[in-house]
Amino acid sequence: MTIFSDIGQYLLMLRGMFSRPENAKMYWKEFIHQCSEIGIGSLGIVIIISIFMGAVSTVQTAYQLVSPLIPLSVIAQVVRDTVILEFAPTLVCIVLAGVVGSKIASELGNMRVSEQIDALEIMGINTKTYLVLPKIVAALVVIPMLVIIAGVLGIWGGRLAGSMTGIVPPATFDQGLLESFAPYNVVFALYKAYTFAFIISSISAFFGYYVKGGALEIGRASTKAVVISCILILFADYILAALLL
Amino acid sequence: MIEVKNIKKSFGDKTVIEDVSAVMKAGQCNLIIGSSGSGKTVLMKCMVGLFVPDDGEILYNGENFTTMSRNEKTEIRKQIGMLFQGSALFDSLTVQENVMFPLNMFTTWPYKKKLERVNEVLDRVNLEDTNKKFPAELSGGMKKRVGIARAIVLNPKYLFCDEPNSGLDPQTALVIDRLIKEITLEYNITTVVNTHDMNSVMEVGNYILYMYQGRKEWEGSNKEIIFSKNQRLNEFIFASDFLKDAKEMRMLEETGKMPNDRNIDDMIK
Repeated sequence: MTIFSDIGQYLLMLRGMFSRPENAKMYWKEFIHQCSEIGIGSLGIVIIISIFMGAVSTVQTAYQLVSPLIPLSVIAQVVRDTVILEFAPTLVCIVLAGVVGSKIASELGNMRVSEQIDALEIMGINTKTYLVLPKIVAALVVIPMLVIIAGVLGIWGGRLAGSMTGIVPPATFDQGLLESFAPYNVVFALYKAYTFAFIISSISAFFGYYVKGGALEIGRASTKAVVISCILILFADYILAALLL
Repeated sequence: MIEVKNIKKSFGDKTVIEDVSAVMKAGQCNLIIGSSGSGKTVLMKCMVGLFVPDDGEILYNGENFTTMSRNEKTEIRKQIGMLFQGSALFDSLTVQENVMFPLNMFTTWPYKKKLERVNEVLDRVNLEDTNKKFPAELSGGMKKRVGIARAIVLNPKYLFCDEPNSGLDPQTALVIDRLIKEITLEYNITTVVNTHDMNSVMEVGNYILYMYQGRKEWEGSNKEIIFSKNQRLNEFIFASDFLKDAKEMRMLEETGKMPNDRNIDDMIK
């Protein structure tokens, strides 16, 4: 029964977010702040992960494609499609579920436990609109950007690894990147990015917003937010692939 | 004025407040007292709308708060200031930003005017030169004063204080009590204080509502409390021998007679 009441409470939280802002300027400021927190705050880890995942993809694909009948440019095609279809949206979003999700859950949880949310409510502010909505909208704006950056850097990392190890010369890699390129793959990656961004931000906000107890419960809520977000990301990943590919 | 009429609140099977009524007048400090778990915090949260009562009415100047729409409640809430037990200051904002927050949200004043108002209320709570400090850099008493400054910055009609003295030394607690009392009189605010601090009761309690196991057990003023015959109230308020003696001394002052046939020499011994 708990799962049904949790789902109901989650849906009510989402419905409760849509109310007229008391002061649009303050909400805009909060939205920009969240964009900075989610985007700039996660950029470093996204850059590192993307470059290495592209580099490893190149090396491992080359290791598997040993036949002389297969041209080297195929390695670039495989790296490109793997990065665009799976690594950039899914892997990066799973990492973001840890980085951003735990941050959102612990921030809101701390505000709940220290009565800061109550203080805002008593001022007459709709806390779901002021605290949760900007986080979700910011995630929907920024996370797809991070996924695009991850895709570009992943492919560049693959090219770099191919060039540094001598597996694929840069010119051959570039040629492979242009061969059989399906622009729909990028669109599909963005579908995934938007879906995962919503899951990460809304699930984490839900667990943080409704924390009851003290410091220990904040930690538990944070962990739960990350775990549930990761599971839902993987589930949504499969559903989207089954429906849209 | 705030009227509480037959409020009832339960959590699951447990009834926390049962049929509590009270009238809290403007320009005076109205205290809700009672031991831990007596329902005073729940009553206060019902009054400010953080909990919805199962039954009964909360009237703000005759308007029924419990049946209001969200927008109507928001309008009432703009007239409410609240000091929380843990101060509830926003950690990531400076003192100045904390106090300015309600002004930023609800006024279109230019920055200079807002800053003047912030400095005015910070001066009022005797906190000069703390504008740029963060809550983590302040003592407990200073945090409470910033909380009061934030609560009164929009000139509220109603001020709620949830255990304003918890965690403070007696001297600082007295400063906070007096500050609340002065502000109440100065701005003619309806102040509701939730406390179990006996100094507060005697210092600021114009009206006192004593709660026992979720019910109203006694009501009166800080003068009447001395002469109350309510056994539960006496056991709660005058729990220690020191406070019992203080009560009897006060009765002696007021009436010229010692209660319980004791004499002053016994008390001094």
